[in-house]
Amino acid sequence: MVRGRRLLLVAAVVAIVAAACGGGGSELQAKADACKVDEVDGDLSLYNWSEYIDPELVEKFKATYGVEVTETFFESNESMLAQVEAGGAVYDLVVPSDYMVDIMRQEGLLVKLNREAIPNLANLDPKFTNLPFDPGNEYSAPYLWGTTGIGFSYDVVDDAADLTWGLIFDPELSAPFAGKISLLDDEREVFAAALKYLGYSVNSKDEKELQEATELLKAAKDRVATFTSDSFEDLLVAGEVVIAHGWNGDFFSAFDEADAWEELGYGIPKEGGVAWVDNMAIPTTAEHVCTAQTFINFILDPENGAQLAEWNYYASPNAKANELIDPEMLSDPAVYPPPEVFEKLEFLEDLGDFATKYADAFTEVKS
Amino acid sequence: MTRLTESHPEGLERGHERAEARRGFLHALPAYLYLVVFFALPLVIVFVFSFASRSRTGKPVLADWNLESYQRLFEPVVAQIILRSLWLAVLNTVLCLLIGYPFAYWLATRRSAARRAVLLVLVLIPFWSNFLVRTYAWRVLLGEHGFVTEVGRALGLWDKLLFTQPAVFLGLLYGYLPFMVLPLYAALERMDWSLVEAARDLYASGLTAFRRVTLPLSKPGIIAGSILVFVPSLGAYVTPDILGGAKTTLIGNYVVRQFGAARNWPFGAALSFVILVAMLVATIVYFRTEARTL
Repeated sequence: MVRGRRLLLVAAVVAIVAAACGGGGSELQAKADACKVDEVDGDLSLYNWSEYIDPELVEKFKATYGVEVTETFFESNESMLAQVEAGGAVYDLVVPSDYMVDIMRQEGLLVKLNREAIPNLANLDPKFTNLPFDPGNEYSAPYLWGTTGIGFSYDVVDDAADLTWGLIFDPELSAPFAGKISLLDDEREVFAAALKYLGYSVNSKDEKELQEATELLKAAKDRVATFTSDSFEDLLVAGEVVIAHGWNGDFFSAFDEADAWEELGYGIPKEGGVAWVDNMAIPTTAEHVCTAQTFINFILDPENGAQLAEWNYYASPNAKANELIDPEMLSDPAVYPPPEVFEKLEFLEDLGDFATKYADAFTEVKS
Repeated sequence: MTRLTESHPEGLERGHERAEARRGFLHALPAYLYLVVFFALPLVIVFVFSFASRSRTGKPVLADWNLESYQRLFEPVVAQIILRSLWLAVLNTVLCLLIGYPFAYWLATRRSAARRAVLLVLVLIPFWSNFLVRTYAWRVLLGEHGFVTEVGRALGLWDKLLFTQPAVFLGLLYGYLPFMVLPLYAALERMDWSLVEAARDLYASGLTAFRRVTLPLSKPGIIAGSILVFVPSLGAYVTPDILGGAKTTLIGNYVVRQFGAARNWPFGAALSFVILVAMLVATIVYFRTEARTL
């Protein structure tokens, strides 16, 4: 009898431990699936890029739903991924870029969104839903989007419409700016620029095309001052470089801060460029999945979405929000590329095993 | 009989020694624990990951153990990166020694202790602010309108140095010079200068006295300073990136890339492990041979 009871106790302990260890993911999923619209189940821990949300919006969310919001920041998709993979810290909501959503989704690090709890998903522009990195937006909702192009000084380029990747890759065209060019320190972005110049897809899996791009970059390297992903905009403002490969929003906030709109510009080269979109997603480290989905719904609200985009001058993927955005910003081709330019943009896709070929080619360029 | 009387105190002695050894071990226990927790254990983790495999999305998978990461170390591009980093580290160590030795010598030979203390604090002052911030400050100094550039142009000697190889050397020299000066100063300061006087009394020239007396006596400082400069120079990646423009890959950047954008932890782990072991062996061999000649 005593023995029987003890066995029962052991079995109970084993069952509890097993539930705590194994069943965590699906339990969280069940919790998320049961959330209702505007339901909050605790405070929100938001893991975001720095300077990526209007503090007033955070205040508004806190006041509306009576919860606290803790913000932590990351510098790169990879460092965010490492934090989520390591576990330990609680993040209810993260903002990964397109290709990173794909990686996190495949690694089982994301919770599926409960569409019934986020009715504002319907406000999204269909151009930004159902993208290859997350078919059907099962795991993510777009936050803001932008482009990778060229920031330049009007001393060397008169009009953004004249921009071409040749300013970096054509030996003759780029000769006058030798030593005054910066490229992103990011293999996919750098190869995307070279591949576009050559007329190929930025997601090329063709070794010959990659080789051609590698040769092109090796030849251009002598004219490049620096590879940098975090100070290209400052270098352009400081006059250290006159042609800078980089992300539109970073240029705009730097131009704004330095009051340099008259001297500096940004545009997408005529060959096309990269479009990217950052997305809200709930990692498996989340605790308050209902609050997280309520926050997604809050950001996708037309008025809030417009405020989000206007604050840092990034384009909104929210069609209803775009109806409320300052028309001057909407007509700025550097923020909202016109349809004929948008057609030439490509999203970077996860290339699976072929990604190491890009990494190796980048090492070759840098040797 | 005599054996007995003699063995008794010997036994006491041995017991005493044993107690001493035990006490010594207990005293050193925190150090052992520190080494195990913060050095040996992480190293074991790195070692284990170096045999792991990589998922399609780049996640390290602790299964399908293999030697692939070690095989990649033999690719010519890796040798090229290692050679380039070694060259940079050796050159920086030599430059630091050439500039740091006379400086430490001058510092150690100041008569007034108060003055020496003030000068020493001046050497340490740069450490009061963050290394990254100081490196960015150099970017301004070496940039298009920077002070160093203006001076060079006025003298007609050099133009903008930012994003060139000399800028990298300047940044490294600046960053690691104190690590050379401090041990050299310590060695020179506690040197018995009457030995130099004795050498001079025996008609040694100033140069000979330096070569035969001062230099050998300051050798521990030279060795300690060189290791303190060489090891971090070999792994340097902030300075080459910020001041050199990240145009050439060094070991430091290469390892960082594997754990970041390239998402290849096994290869990054193999790289770090091999470098660490090589450095450890080199240092031990160096200390062993030097200890004999000291």
